[in-house]
Amino acid sequence: MRVSTTVNGRSYEHEIEPRLLLVYYLRDVLGLTGTKVGCDTSSCGACTVLVDGESVKSCTMLAAQADGCAMTTIEALAVDGALDPLQEAFHDNHALQCGFCTSGMVMAAMSIIREHPGLTEADVREGLEGNLCRCTGYHNIVKAVLAGAGRQAHPVGAAR
Amino acid sequence: MIPASFDYQRAASAEEAVSMLREHGEEAKLLAGGHSLLPLMKLRLATPSVVIDVGRIRELSYLRDGGDQVSIGALTRHRDVETSELLQREVPILAHVAGLVGDPQVRHRGTIGGSLAHGDPASDLPAVVLALGGTLVVQGPGGRRDIPATEFFQGFLETALAPEEMLVEIRVPKARGGWSYQKFNRRAIDWAIVGVAAVRNGTTGVALVNMGPVPLRASAVEQALAGGASAADAAALAAEGTDPSADLNASVEYRQHLARVLVRRALEEAGA
Ligand SMILES: Cc1cc2nc3c(=O)[nH]c(=O)nc-3n(C[C@H](O)[C@H](O)[C@H](O)COP(=O)(O)OP(=O)(O)OC[C@H]3O[C@@H](n4cnc5c(N)ncnc54)[C@H](O)[C@@H]3O)c2cc1C
Ligand code: FES
Ligand code: FES
Repeated sequence: MRVSTTVNGRSYEHEIEPRLLLVYYLRDVLGLTGTKVGCDTSSCGACTVLVDGESVKSCTMLAAQADGCAMTTIEALAVDGALDPLQEAFHDNHALQCGFCTSGMVMAAMSIIREHPGLTEADVREGLEGNLCRCTGYHNIVKAVLAGAGRQAHPVGAAR
Repeated sequence: MIPASFDYQRAASAEEAVSMLREHGEEAKLLAGGHSLLPLMKLRLATPSVVIDVGRIRELSYLRDGGDQVSIGALTRHRDVETSELLQREVPILAHVAGLVGDPQVRHRGTIGGSLAHGDPASDLPAVVLALGGTLVVQGPGGRRDIPATEFFQGFLETALAPEEMLVEIRVPKARGGWSYQKFNRRAIDWAIVGVAAVRNGTTGVALVNMGPVPLRASAVEQALAGGASAADAAALAAEGTDPSADLNASVEYRQHLARVLVRRALEEAGA
């Protein structure tokens, strides 16, 4: 079947098999390997991307379901090598070690920040319940998301 | 994990979905949010040869004030149920529990209709709709019919839906009285090991999560309360008529114990 998508502002059209999962469409068809496959069972959140502005686990969605949708992956954040404020906050707060969970954490955090105008620590902790990190113990991730939200010069992703 | 091959079709309306179901029979599966079906297909526990995507039927995503009840389109996502001001005001237990389903990513995709049609006894929303005494509206080739929630859940992952029928609407009575939802689990994202929904709305409705092959009304508890029993005495009957299974989280006895404790807590919190 044919799907047309917009990913990180670029339009694409592809002939795909209906059973192709969105995460493999992004990684294997578009070559956007910043999005990771961790558990492959909807549990870990490593595959989180934004579909029409909302976080989803791309291992649990068909590329066919994303036909006509606008998506954002981690690759859209840094512009010409300059980190997005949220990425910078992850760096500053030592919110990653191996980094495998990080792109999913950042994309989930973008959605949380958008949905909670007066973001609190509890919002972040509850909001990240679907994202697992095996390294950091979460505290620095929570700090980074709060810092990243405070440091937004503009609402996250407004330019995209 | 990759699902087995299937033919993908997209329905633009409930009528179209029903005629596609009719054409393809038991080989076909409806796909709503996909957050129960796709995991099963990836494990190849489900191998439909035709998948009918109903996820884009916008006209089935709504929340409407119907006087003494609220009507919810089957394709309404958990996120929209959770954040609905109408539900927060008129049926607060439903908005609250929708916010306990999975995690934000799951709630951005999963739908209330998918949650009920899947018929999983471990799911949260079926118990809430049961405790509320809701009604499910299904559409088939011959038109629509209403099914009381108490008659909808028939066996493990089995419902009163016929193969060519689609769930189109869920109706719940407004319930602004006391309520409680007790979800007992060990990790944030998990399903309930045991859950209890209690709603005071004239009488007190109590329903149990994961206490048998289907979501259950705690009838013995409800009858005891109607007969004037105290919350503690009524809660002692919570395991009556249940048939929980054992798994790595809990033995049968532990689940029965949890049901009694959680029903007592729920009744106390609901003020029953
Ligand atoms: C990581 C994870 C955690 C979760 N945690 C919880 C939890 O804590 N509590 C909880 O209750 N649930 C949980 N869920 C399940 C979630 O709530 C699902 O969204 C829901 O069970 C199914 O809804 P869906 O729209 O995704 O349905 P789908 O997966 O699309 O469909 C499920 C089944 O229902 C059928 N169906 C769907 N819509 C209709 C319809 N309108 N008419 C007839 N048949 C239909 C489909 O054919 C399929 O058989 C979790 C899921 C995941 C992946
Ligand atoms: S890979 Fe998708 S949730 Fe883990
Ligand atoms: S930094 Fe290694 S899993 Fe999170």
